[in-house]
Amino acid sequence: MAAWFPTLALDRWRRGQPPADPPDQPLVLVGETAHGPRITAASAPAQAAGARAGMLLADARALAPGLVVHPADPAADRAMLERLALWAQRWGPHSALDPPDGVIVDVAGVAHLFGGEAALMADARAACAGLGLAVRVSIAPTAGAAWALAHHGPPGASMAAADDPLVALRDLPVAALRLDAAVLLLLDRLGLKRIGDLATIDRAALVRRFRDRRNPAANPLLRLDQLAGRVPEPILPVVATPTPLVQRRLLEPVRHRELLDRVLGDLAAALVRRLEALGQGARRIELALWRVDGDVVVRRIELAAPSRDPAHILRLLAHRIDGCDAGFGFELARLSAPWAEPLALTQADLDAAAEDHGTSLAGCIDRLRVRLGAAAVAMPVPHASHVPERAQRWVAPDLTLATQDELAFRARPLKLLDRAEAIAVIHQAPDGLPRLFRWRGAVHEITRAEGPERIAPEWWREKGSARLHDYYRIEDSSGRRYWIYRRGIAGDGRGGAPEWFLQGLCA
Amino acid sequence: MIRFAPPSSSSARRGGPPAGWWRGLARHAAPDPCPPLRQPPPIGAAAPRCLHSEVFARADEASGAALALMLANLATPGDTRPWLWVQDKAAIRRAGRPCRAGLPAPLRHRLIHVAADTPADALFALEEAVRCRDLAFVIGELAGNPAALDFTASRRLSLAAERHGVPLWLVRLDARHDLGSARMRWDVAAAPGVPPRWNRDAPGDPRWRADLFRAHHVQPGQWILGDDGYGAGAATADHGGVVSDAGARSLAARAAAG
Repeated sequence: MAAWFPTLALDRWRRGQPPADPPDQPLVLVGETAHGPRITAASAPAQAAGARAGMLLADARALAPGLVVHPADPAADRAMLERLALWAQRWGPHSALDPPDGVIVDVAGVAHLFGGEAALMADARAACAGLGLAVRVSIAPTAGAAWALAHHGPPGASMAAADDPLVALRDLPVAALRLDAAVLLLLDRLGLKRIGDLATIDRAALVRRFRDRRNPAANPLLRLDQLAGRVPEPILPVVATPTPLVQRRLLEPVRHRELLDRVLGDLAAALVRRLEALGQGARRIELALWRVDGDVVVRRIELAAPSRDPAHILRLLAHRIDGCDAGFGFELARLSAPWAEPLALTQADLDAAAEDHGTSLAGCIDRLRVRLGAAAVAMPVPHASHVPERAQRWVAPDLTLATQDELAFRARPLKLLDRAEAIAVIHQAPDGLPRLFRWRGAVHEITRAEGPERIAPEWWREKGSARLHDYYRIEDSSGRRYWIYRRGIAGDGRGGAPEWFLQGLCA
Repeated sequence: MIRFAPPSSSSARRGGPPAGWWRGLARHAAPDPCPPLRQPPPIGAAAPRCLHSEVFARADEASGAALALMLANLATPGDTRPWLWVQDKAAIRRAGRPCRAGLPAPLRHRLIHVAADTPADALFALEEAVRCRDLAFVIGELAGNPAALDFTASRRLSLAAERHGVPLWLVRLDARHDLGSARMRWDVAAAPGVPPRWNRDAPGDPRWRADLFRAHHVQPGQWILGDDGYGAGAATADHGGVVSDAGARSLAARAAAG
């Protein structure tokens, strides 16, 4: 069953207003655009006066000076549509959004519970009228056919399962195929105005004409097949996901940490029970504490893996509420898990088992992050750059992350300094590898070297005056191995004499 | 593949006292009944079960971390669990951060790095890490002799590592040999590498002069350890090439002097 609310935005706006307003005023809703306010929805009196959706408000005002203008709220319309989709599950087990103003309900095999399809549609119409919503509903064997009938068919039309949709709907305009405006324009230019016209064309010709259109909204043939039920068209059902939330209103404001810890313990246990009932584990937990003097303390923690362990949650929260200002005391505490993931029920860890077997990796990372900060725990991943200091990036630890190493043509040092340190050098030849260099106050004599490995600057990132680097792997007389480079070459016209830097320590 | 070679001379150790300086202190002890032994270094298959080791090294060379990585790689062959590398801020400033492309190939993709601000935070991270059953091993890197790393902290780490079975190598950069409860304490410095076969002028595979100056269950000694190609699965101990100075057991003398 497809339900179309043609005036959803206007009806929603009217529901929020006192009913005293005369219903026949020329009401329009406008949205802000770069060219000024533009009408997004116009009521029937306003349309009679000349205003159309999509018009600039200034143009509409010129036609009808008496327009009543109110701002539109697309987000609230969307939220209302989501609520309607859930509400529409009273007629069928699954329902899906059909943005911007429609709902599709799967009513296969349930019509007899309402006394037939006609009675079901009448029930839906009555229920929507009770909500003050204008609606057009229709029932058809496929979602595409139901949509076409609801939007473009006669009011109250329905189609029996035995009918061939292509025959029953042949008189509807091609716009009933849910196509893009560009494709509709193309079909219009080709002279194909009705669904029946498309059926007269050889299928091979349609395939050839639209062979590179993968999107169903741009391919009339695919839409025809969906309408006729020849290809599947999965609908994405909406599911209500309540946020697990527990709160405690306190008789006396809490000012001391021990009492607050006890309250938090109760809250955590209650939240865990609620999560357990849902079969979920929390990934993000939000703690809000309302102060008597009108202030709220909010603390958020994120967990590396879904968890339902109250002791773990409490330990992480305890770090976070250190040093929060209680003022004259907290009177309300609320714990919620806005982000939860499925977590199957398992045998709870006994204390002794946890002590003997250690913590899990996710628990360990959580504890480190809470104390040291989220950025302190990281893992290196390769990055597409040939500049050594940019060839790796630090990301949050995720061992499932697939990475591809570059081919190791050149040896790299074990460690890189965060900033390459300048070294003073003594050359044997004017333009070559130095014989001695001084770094951190000590003189090193180079006995072996390999290089240069010349790495040019990335011209798409750096200035034109950036100089190239010549890297050498060296070993000094006492066996210490380093990675040094010379910035620039003599006479490259990008500054004075080349400078030497030490960047890495080799194993 | 690991190679062993005799050290050129123990007095060549940079900055150390001349060889045999401690013999005078141990003069009145009973004569050692065993003559100097040629023993393999206690690494890889020959290593005793030791879950907390310390490696002392200078901050201006990467020998400490490299030796710790080689020992860890040998101690956990075939392990595919992640491993943790904890550094404090001073260690990062003085000795740099790990470079992924330079790490041994089997360890590269499993590294989780923790950058702690203070030594106390680093010790907290190390203790949490050795309690984690999903880690193959833990490497810590601390610079100097911070007040937070006293004997009690060291003992806590040892107990936690032994209780949960996660090996820990603690690299101490530019640090005195202070009191610690590590079961094996190494002193390591870079040694000239093996010249590569095809380019005699290039720096070769790394070698280190490793001095095991305190150990439970095994005899201390000095070796030159080398590692080529990093991925060495098993150590094939070439006993003939290893020289051990059995006299180097005089722990009390050295601890008193250090």
